[in-house]
Amino acid sequence: MTSIHPPAQTIWWKQPLDRVEGTWIALALVWSLIMFIMMPLWHVYGKQNISNEAYKTTPEAFMAKTQAMVDQYTVRTETNQQMPVVRPPPGSDVYLIGRLWQWWPLLELERGQTYRVHISSMDWQHGFSLQPVNINAQILPGYEMVLTMTPDTAGDQSIICNEYCGIGHHMMTGKIYITEGGS
Amino acid sequence: MKKPEFRICPESGLQFHKQGEMLMRINAVAAVIALLIGGITALLITLTRWPTVHLLPADRFYQLLTVHGINMLIFWIIFFEIAVLYFCSSTLLRCRLATPRLAWLAFALMVGGAVMNNVSVFGGNSSVMMTSYVPMPAEPSFYLGLILFAVGALIGCFIFLGTLVIAKEEKTYEGSIPLVTFGALTACIIAVFTIAGGAIILIPTYLWSIGLISHIDAPMYRLIWWAFGHSSQQINVAAHVSVWYLIAAIVFGARPLSEKVSRGAFILYIAFLQLASAHHLLVDPGISSTWKIFNTSYAMYLAVLASMIHGLTVPGSIEVAQRSRGLTKGLFEWLRKAPWGNPVFSGMFLSLVGFGFLGGISGVVMGTEQINIIIHNTIYVPGHFHATVVIGTTLAFMSLTYYLIPVLFRRQVFLPGLAKYQPYIFGIGMMVFTLVMMGAGTLGVQRRHWDMAFTDAAIGYDYPASAYTLMGLVGISGVAAITGGAIFLLITVVSVFFGKRVESESSYGIAPTRLMRAEPIVEPQGGHAGAGKWGFAAPGTFTLALFFLAIFVIYYAVNWKYLASVWPMS
Repeated sequence: MTSIHPPAQTIWWKQPLDRVEGTWIALALVWSLIMFIMMPLWHVYGKQNISNEAYKTTPEAFMAKTQAMVDQYTVRTETNQQMPVVRPPPGSDVYLIGRLWQWWPLLELERGQTYRVHISSMDWQHGFSLQPVNINAQILPGYEMVLTMTPDTAGDQSIICNEYCGIGHHMMTGKIYITEGGS
Repeated sequence: MKKPEFRICPESGLQFHKQGEMLMRINAVAAVIALLIGGITALLITLTRWPTVHLLPADRFYQLLTVHGINMLIFWIIFFEIAVLYFCSSTLLRCRLATPRLAWLAFALMVGGAVMNNVSVFGGNSSVMMTSYVPMPAEPSFYLGLILFAVGALIGCFIFLGTLVIAKEEKTYEGSIPLVTFGALTACIIAVFTIAGGAIILIPTYLWSIGLISHIDAPMYRLIWWAFGHSSQQINVAAHVSVWYLIAAIVFGARPLSEKVSRGAFILYIAFLQLASAHHLLVDPGISSTWKIFNTSYAMYLAVLASMIHGLTVPGSIEVAQRSRGLTKGLFEWLRKAPWGNPVFSGMFLSLVGFGFLGGISGVVMGTEQINIIIHNTIYVPGHFHATVVIGTTLAFMSLTYYLIPVLFRRQVFLPGLAKYQPYIFGIGMMVFTLVMMGAGTLGVQRRHWDMAFTDAAIGYDYPASAYTLMGLVGISGVAAITGGAIFLLITVVSVFFGKRVESESSYGIAPTRLMRAEPIVEPQGGHAGAGKWGFAAPGTFTLALFFLAIFVIYYAVNWKYLASVWPMS
């Protein structure tokens, strides 16, 4: 037994490597470096990157901006809570509120167009999870995250909360309708 | 006058210090009680996430999920780790344990903290999950319990360090400390800065909960909390890798392929593992990509490199030991003829394989900055960490327990025939469980979520039928794994408290013996490599490692491809 005994040699760090170790360390190191380089490379050549754009905000300030958008671009209301469905123009700033326990308002975006989607929380931490496309982001109170997104799939998307936020967490949902261009 | 304080275990040759032995036992027993609480809640929450069963009401589900997380991830593992630290210092170095009275105080603080935290959560007003993200409030006693527990654990770490100092001072061993103790030292160093991180965030949060601080910034909380939360899982990695080396040494008499490489890999853990707080912040607002990339990769994956090294050197050391015993046929005779009926070995080997293939690969993939977009907070995440913490750490600790029952507790293992199968039921159940969880996560099923059908939500969402099938399999495999866990608890509790005594005598004497150096390596004919192939001492292990790397590369590429299919975003 020797992994539980002191090393045989006093100067154990001069004991030569076995070939199997040296070869494996070289392979593993090369793979580690490849994986490391992939992330900056994807920022240059890849299309799916989480934005670095975020601002400090307050629930009141963010609510005011969202309300202004809702007042200007609401096209209809839905559900028995009269949730506004907002259809902001392509390229514009879109605001989405996460709060206990809903995503507000509902959105209608045009496929293939790019939007600057601002998201913040009014209260606790929430998780923005867009399904079925499967895009996930953390939403924090006091911070406004800006995701510049281009919906390029057909079909409506649901927004689910994926950060535990208390007893109504599993009822916190929202919706993004995707319309075809020109409709 | 000197009291008779040391005994030598006739079977293992290990020497136990009376006070240290008592403390190892009591910490291990406390660990198993936490495992029992965590296990019962595991069953109830698994049966709730199994869609056709959906057992608990929502409030109870979130409450018991909080209980499960904290008891398993913190109390079970850290109590056991304190026992491992005492074992790796006092027993392995044949030294008296430093300040046993203080160690009892540490134990009392840990028990008090654990009880206080559990009482708080069972009270119903602290269902905040293990992470207790602000500004969602828990009761003050929730945070205070964790703080007391952490202070106790910190004292335990310093007792370990103190014991190393005494061993050196009293020259209880020759030369350098053994590799396993070195690994335990790594775990202890990581534990010290982990607990410091916990103090930096939990103390202000406690003050906030009693109204002395008005505001805690959410991203700041996340950054520092995870410096505690993720680093505490790195204590586990260092500890269970040490346990792998320990078991390889006990069962096979294995020696490290080279001391330099194995110890160097442990040092990489100390240097880089704590950067992993970033893994939890990859899709958070207000943190730059530069910071995320550097930290999430542990500075260019140097800590991942360390795990890949241990993944080779642990089985490699077993292979060399087996080959030197003449099991040299082909690539895998050494593995085929390993003692698969001995739960000490089988549990350890399943732990190694599961940790590497399932936990390791999934962890690196989901910890890639951009790929995290398709994984963050889905049930993929608990899939990953059940592979690392349950298959990796818990199963390794279970295997060690089978060894400790006769050696430390002086009892015979109850139902040895059943014990043979326990690691397979638990390990394989858990492997399926983690795989199907990761599959469901890939389909967007959420973690910490009571109702994937959104029955009461104003706006519903229908997951594909395959997601329901996978969550059904989560339920079935979860119950299988929990059965394995229950068998473990049955065997351990009955053996320790009601078991038959080991027949041989092991009485306490006065004089400790000295730990001598390992015998110098006797090279087999033609050197180590002579027993191997292609100039490699461990060709079978190397082949398995190449297989691992191939799976890793393929799975990594598949996930980039999946990412490329989601909406363009920047």
